[in-house]
Amino acid sequence: MTDTATTPPEIGGIGHSIKRVEDARLIEGQGNFLDDIALPGMLHMALVRSPMAHARINSIDTAEASAVDGVVAVVTGELMAAHNLAWMPTLSGDTQAVLATDKVRYQGQEVAAVIADDPYVAADAAELVFVDYEPLPPVVTPQQALQDDAPLIRDEKEGQSDNEVYVWECGDAEATEAAFAAADRVVSLSTHYPRSHPSPLETCGIVADVNSVTGQATLYMTSQAPHAHRTLFAMVAGLPEQNIRVISPDIGGGFGNKVPIYPGYVVATAASLLIGKPVKWVETRTGNLISTGFGRDYHMNGELALTADGRIQALRVDMLSDQGAFYSDAQPTQFRAGLFHVVTGSYDFPHAHIKCRGAFTNKAPGGVAYRCSFRITEASYLIERLVQTAAYELGIDPAEMRLRNFIQPEQFPYETATGFVYDSGDYPTALRKALDEVGYEELRAEQAAARAEGRLIGIGIAHFTEAVGAGPSRTYDIAGLKMIDSAELRIHPTGKAILKLGVKTQGQGHETTFAQIVASETGIPAYDVKVVHGDTDHTPYGLGTYASRSTPVGGAATAMVSRKIADKARKVAAHLLEAAAEDIEMQAGKLFVKGSPDKSVTIQDVALAAYTNLPEGMEYGLEDVTYYDPPNLTFPYGAYVVVVEVDADTGVWKVRRMVALDDCGVRINPMIVEGQIHGGLTEGFAMSSMQWITFDDDGNCIGANFMDYLVPTAWETPRFELLETVTPSPHHPIGAKGVGESATVGSPAAFVNAVVDALAHLGVRNIDMPVLADRVWEAIDSAA
Amino acid sequence: MDITININGAEHEASIEPRRLLVDHIRTEVGLTGTHIGCDTTSCGACTVLLDGTPVKSCTMLAVQADGRSVTTVEGLKTAEGLHPIQTAFSEEHGLQCGFCTPAMMLVGAALLEENPAPDDDEVRWAISGNLCRCTGYMNIVKAIQAAGAAVTAADAADGS
Repeated sequence: MTDTATTPPEIGGIGHSIKRVEDARLIEGQGNFLDDIALPGMLHMALVRSPMAHARINSIDTAEASAVDGVVAVVTGELMAAHNLAWMPTLSGDTQAVLATDKVRYQGQEVAAVIADDPYVAADAAELVFVDYEPLPPVVTPQQALQDDAPLIRDEKEGQSDNEVYVWECGDAEATEAAFAAADRVVSLSTHYPRSHPSPLETCGIVADVNSVTGQATLYMTSQAPHAHRTLFAMVAGLPEQNIRVISPDIGGGFGNKVPIYPGYVVATAASLLIGKPVKWVETRTGNLISTGFGRDYHMNGELALTADGRIQALRVDMLSDQGAFYSDAQPTQFRAGLFHVVTGSYDFPHAHIKCRGAFTNKAPGGVAYRCSFRITEASYLIERLVQTAAYELGIDPAEMRLRNFIQPEQFPYETATGFVYDSGDYPTALRKALDEVGYEELRAEQAAARAEGRLIGIGIAHFTEAVGAGPSRTYDIAGLKMIDSAELRIHPTGKAILKLGVKTQGQGHETTFAQIVASETGIPAYDVKVVHGDTDHTPYGLGTYASRSTPVGGAATAMVSRKIADKARKVAAHLLEAAAEDIEMQAGKLFVKGSPDKSVTIQDVALAAYTNLPEGMEYGLEDVTYYDPPNLTFPYGAYVVVVEVDADTGVWKVRRMVALDDCGVRINPMIVEGQIHGGLTEGFAMSSMQWITFDDDGNCIGANFMDYLVPTAWETPRFELLETVTPSPHHPIGAKGVGESATVGSPAAFVNAVVDALAHLGVRNIDMPVLADRVWEAIDSAA
Repeated sequence: MDITININGAEHEASIEPRRLLVDHIRTEVGLTGTHIGCDTTSCGACTVLLDGTPVKSCTMLAVQADGRSVTTVEGLKTAEGLHPIQTAFSEEHGLQCGFCTPAMMLVGAALLEENPAPDDDEVRWAISGNLCRCTGYMNIVKAIQAAGAAVTAADAADGS
């Protein structure tokens, strides 16, 4: 651990692994999760979902369900349409059915809702809603969707005559073509990053409490972005924004799944408004997996133009994304494939051209940034798999291949061929450190010896660069809302503080780490700072927590507002010490005249004076607010090395070692950072080895529960060895870059590269994720 | 049906539908919401409670099956002397992030330590393999359970001397 602490332990600022504030309630079972909320008179909602992937709705018979004792209402699309709420806008400018009126477009789509006085009754009655479906041919792959004779999925959408969602290009096509024409070697890789699901352990839900007399709507929601959700609710439902209060309570994991607005939220709110009572909806696990925001599903074809000695000259990518039935990716408006164009990775080359195309299919919509910053996981995976492939094809060691092509430390800030300006990094140092730790040379020797005996060992490397912390307002918005974030800091007379944030934790520990930022900047002990978040009535505006943006944006806002407080504190101290403000120094909560540290006042003295004893003309109080518009994204990176052993007879592979070096800039709380990395690595392992949402030819979702959708237990999960380097972000107030998603972004390529590396001498270049034993066995078998 | 369940040392009488799941009874009628529901299919273990000291998944058990028996939930871990060592260890070792799986993980860990106060890494991982965590990668959960075992052993040794 690098010692970056500049405050003493009793203040507990940046660099201290202080214990988390939020633990106290959670270890005693006193957390307040969505399903723990019970309001007087509260009703319960159950959704009726489509069993078919594509079918016309002829009729819906609600009579039997409505007659069940305890049922208060059965809501259909027809009723929602009467209130102009049968459709809603998505985060990518499309529209999405709230409750289907014309036809269903994926299995699990919401068709009706039953509101009852008891959740068991609501579930029972939902079974009694009879829908007459007329089956239509389903479209289950994007390739099938783009065929001329493919059934039209979005027949209701004006101007939509096929299943194409978007075409988006980036980079210089002409220069790239020229580089390919001049290349000594061209290496290509086609691979599918399969559909996965964030599946936080807590599913989505809402308690909608609309007061029919006052019009006040209090919406308790599993929301990673409460402010954005309030604004969107105001726009969609036509409710006055000041009358909407979104409260996001303790959240049982998000990982991007709780960024979109789902039909269940809208129907429960409408039901509460119409019935005049609070309505609770808590998604089942199957509902969560079958209908809410998935991740990935990118079919990627990448090519590298290379010199004979392995120097990359250009990259060309052709990508086809499976968007499901509605285009509802959570991503910045101007980027139709998120930040996928960061696909040039950690490498220095002048030309790239990226062509992305999306297709509608009869699958659930979503395309959320599953623990990543808008499609960066797919991009990172492709380039790291492609570089590895090139190494094999050119006969260059995969580590050497990377070292030969890295952006060098002196090149930062570095503008990539697709227009990102990387802030800082030292890639060669990071990779060498990880290779040394794992004993790379010895492992290669062991691998060769093992091969001679017919045993398979693989060493996989991934060196990823992320682009996180969206983002600068000139470039980044979601549904028009600029991706700024905020912090409001109030110091009370006794020197204790309250910090209010626009971002919202889902387990990342904001109540602890953001207080540590205040502690470092003001000298107020971290445990004296209460962090408030997730309540739109009581926090300043912000776009929320996803895309690793909390520390880069909200953390910067916290540092900047703390500095405003510190500036005023110096003025107050100057008054108390009868000196000039510019002569006042501040260190670890003490303010003194430069050169005379023995005569000082504390930040707590200053806080009291701010309410009791100020100079003439100075405004009372010690509080401020900052809205932070970051000048650039931040670019965390890492070098991961995985060692696997593969059973040649069965295809079963086991991780022997996983060494992960992360450079996320300055670490606020190293303990929490390491915890984030452990979790991220596990999700990377999960996607590479088992997590998989797939569909049969009829569009039936295979993987709609935790018996079919495999999430790793402690038993399968590898042990991780963590390393670090610290290269601060030069433009971030505290030099932090964000870390919550790095390990999920970077590690899948390392795991897959390791298995492929074990078989590389057989000519194997690709096994698609999840790398299941039967796929490995088939790769071995067909190579032999 | 009329049932009486001893929950965390107190008798709870109730008249409930026979089909009612134990987890719903604990959360709704008894009002202890530290026991969570994550999957509905006995897969995730977030609903784990101790039934006469043994971990069970309360989403796959009827409340009436617990009639006359003793249930311990996360709310029952703390005693008059303070937090259970496993609660302290989970915080000390950063064994929790979002906290949703945590109550169940601690109960399973506590039950393991009753039988084996010094489990090795594999033994802990096997014991908690019925409980999913999406945040921690299990690394610090394993450490926390082992640390709690060490703390109990050290405390017992101190008492005995």
